[in-house]
Amino acid sequence: MLSTIVRRLLQTLLVVLVMSGLVFAGLYLIGDPVLMLASPEATDAQREEIRRALGLDLPLGRQYLIFLGKAAQLDFGNSFLTGESAMRLILERMPATLELATLAMLLSVLIGVPLGIYAGLRPRGAGARSIMAGSVLGFSLPNFWVGLMLIMLFAVMLGWLPAGGRGPVESFGPLKLSAFNWEGLKSLILPASTIAVAKCALIIRVTRAATRECLPQDYIKFARAKGLREKRVLGVHLLKNIMIPIVTIGGLEYGQVFAFAVVTETVFSWPGMGKLLIDSIITLDRPVVVAYLMLTVAFLAMLNLLVDIAYTVLDPRVRLEAA
Amino acid sequence: MKLIRKTMLFSVLAAGLIAAAGPAQARDLIIALRSEPSSMDPQFHSLTPNTQLSETLFDPLVRTDGTAKPVPSLAESWTVDGDVWTFKLRPNVKFSDGTPFTSEDVLFTYDRVPKVPNSPSSYSLYLSTVDKVEAPDAHTVKITTKGPSPVLLANLSMVPIMSKKAASGPAPEGKTTVELNRGDGLVGTGPYKFVSWKRGAEIVFDRNEHYWGDKPDWDKVIYRPISNSAARVAALLAGDVDVIEDPSTDDLPKLKKDKNLHVQETPSFRVIYIALNQGKEPPAGMTAPDGKNPLTDRRVREALSLAIDRQAIVDRIMDGAGMPAANLLAYPAFGASEKYAKVPKADADKAKKLLAEAGYPDGFAMSLGSPDGRYTNDKRIAQVVASMWARIGVKTAVETMAPPVFFKQRNAYAFSSYLAGWAVSSGEMLNPLNSLVVTKDPAQGLGTTNWSKYSNPEMDKLVMQASKTLDDGQRAALLQKAADMAMDDYSILPLQFELSVWAMKKDIRYGGRADQMTLAQYMTLAK
Repeated sequence: MLSTIVRRLLQTLLVVLVMSGLVFAGLYLIGDPVLMLASPEATDAQREEIRRALGLDLPLGRQYLIFLGKAAQLDFGNSFLTGESAMRLILERMPATLELATLAMLLSVLIGVPLGIYAGLRPRGAGARSIMAGSVLGFSLPNFWVGLMLIMLFAVMLGWLPAGGRGPVESFGPLKLSAFNWEGLKSLILPASTIAVAKCALIIRVTRAATRECLPQDYIKFARAKGLREKRVLGVHLLKNIMIPIVTIGGLEYGQVFAFAVVTETVFSWPGMGKLLIDSIITLDRPVVVAYLMLTVAFLAMLNLLVDIAYTVLDPRVRLEAA
Repeated sequence: MKLIRKTMLFSVLAAGLIAAAGPAQARDLIIALRSEPSSMDPQFHSLTPNTQLSETLFDPLVRTDGTAKPVPSLAESWTVDGDVWTFKLRPNVKFSDGTPFTSEDVLFTYDRVPKVPNSPSSYSLYLSTVDKVEAPDAHTVKITTKGPSPVLLANLSMVPIMSKKAASGPAPEGKTTVELNRGDGLVGTGPYKFVSWKRGAEIVFDRNEHYWGDKPDWDKVIYRPISNSAARVAALLAGDVDVIEDPSTDDLPKLKKDKNLHVQETPSFRVIYIALNQGKEPPAGMTAPDGKNPLTDRRVREALSLAIDRQAIVDRIMDGAGMPAANLLAYPAFGASEKYAKVPKADADKAKKLLAEAGYPDGFAMSLGSPDGRYTNDKRIAQVVASMWARIGVKTAVETMAPPVFFKQRNAYAFSSYLAGWAVSSGEMLNPLNSLVVTKDPAQGLGTTNWSKYSNPEMDKLVMQASKTLDDGQRAALLQKAADMAMDDYSILPLQFELSVWAMKKDIRYGGRADQMTLAQYMTLAK
């Protein structure tokens, strides 16, 4: 197990390295940051000055090597646009995205799994059919549209919840979270629900499929034959066995939401990392984009590893070495 | 009955909540910004989202009013004698920390400008005509320019005065940009003082009790960056914010009809124009039957201009949030002549005739580049212009792309023509002529954004002469002549002036500004 974890960490490092090179080259191809930053009235001499100051006058290869050298010492450079440390800018905004993604996934699992099991148990019932129809709608509706509709309904028409922004935060060690006070939670509900609509739909479908697969199995029949109460059959024997696909999908989706909650964050002006990424791509703020993607790739890889470890816990037959 | 009781209960509760929220006279102002500033350092990045906040925290020596006329600010009066300008500073002005303002602070500020490292858009631009700055006494500043500099006042209005005491530090530039971003050393003489900045979430300012001018209406101003225009409108409708910048033009009719809101539209100094590549060789995207570049022919350029129905663009695409443009600045701005005050009526027949005269009865094909998302409705305007040109036989391929890509391609001359915008920061004609129309000479900072290869030495001479003429009347006459020349030549095709739009709750008023800045100190509570 330990050797597997070490091997996976090394793989992650390699992926992060390759990706940073790709992003470096990609942003270079898109355009010239100096054109985006400098005042259009600037003279060529002033532009050259900026280029030199930001280290953009060197050949791309050199720039990349310098970047790698500094990254090895955990210095990911300063944002072109703000002059602040790129990693600090990202970490400052990470808690906001973290709590948004966590609440959204929590909502989707807590709602999605029971509905999915219900739909799997009575697939031909009217209840199951409407749940499935709803789930199709859930992941077909575009994210920003759902967000705007929720804003129109709950913020503009009913006035119950704020239309955007983040509420007051409290410090929990290094994390500043807003989910633990009423004002903050109120601002969190709409964006989290927006994300949860699509994710919940996915969880419902996965759970239903897994339930239908498990139900005809011998151990379920045996449990029923033994005369166990339905509650125990479903809550222990079924739930344990459908957990593997749910954990897989849930884990991957959590990573997705965490890294790319851009659309929802924009609609709700949620001060998270996703918005920072988009703004930085538009201004070609390379240090921030590279640092961001390196961080998210590392995060996604870690999440995958955790999901794999969770398998071994859920299913004793699975050995990590085999993965 | 039950329902009524419930409603009553609700209103009692609501009244209680409002009462608990504090006395009604102390109202805070919440403004939704379109873009978050990149820094609080007033000398780091010369860009509207940054400047509008530093204008609220700091004062320059000379301020410009909404129409770009210089008015006294920290300098009470000034005199000019050739290259030497003498400014008398306002007495009894205090910084927000209570320390007095003197000429030392002015020296410190101007000295710091070139020292700010990694500045993406340096403020040195505004001091480029300054040779030296001296302080004969605590309330006098003497500035010597390199030759006559009529733009000095407009330039100085862009440089806010910092406090020497607060902003000094061990680094060469004193307090660093990172320190200023946290509020350390961010002390000015302006109507508000800095409280906090949570990146991406909010910026908070409190009223500066030491402010020398009229006391502004708001105790506290909170800025929230909301980059999505639909989200800004929703925040206003939900009552989360009091004022929003720049609602999308599609929402305007609805907002104007809303009785709880007030919409302010103010003509801006931003002109949206089309530049035509007039180089000898046919530019990229051009196919003319004779293998030449038709855009070098004045008649062709006139035909293209005549084919554009500017009023239709303003009415149908901008929903009225624009003004048809016949010049780079709207008459009667400084240096805009009456000759080009009105837009000629679109005339496709005459345009076709002109094309035939020039030897292109069957038209030709060319490309029109446009950024997507840099200016209001930029892409849609480009598409409409292309269809108007197609009507006179000029087959136009529209190439739109994300702004960073567009600007790179434009500077590589990848289009036969392109749509772009120019904000005339100084509010007078010298600035757009110098940047957009004068022959390109990057070393001198001339024609820096002239990517059309247009060159008219006679006009260049007039502009050069104007830039060295201190007398306002003479300079205006020279600039008018130069601008008329550029327009007679159809060297560049102005399309429209954007209107800057603010939407706010109905009890708030803001006059708006031609420089598109959102300044909380000029927003008032209607009594």
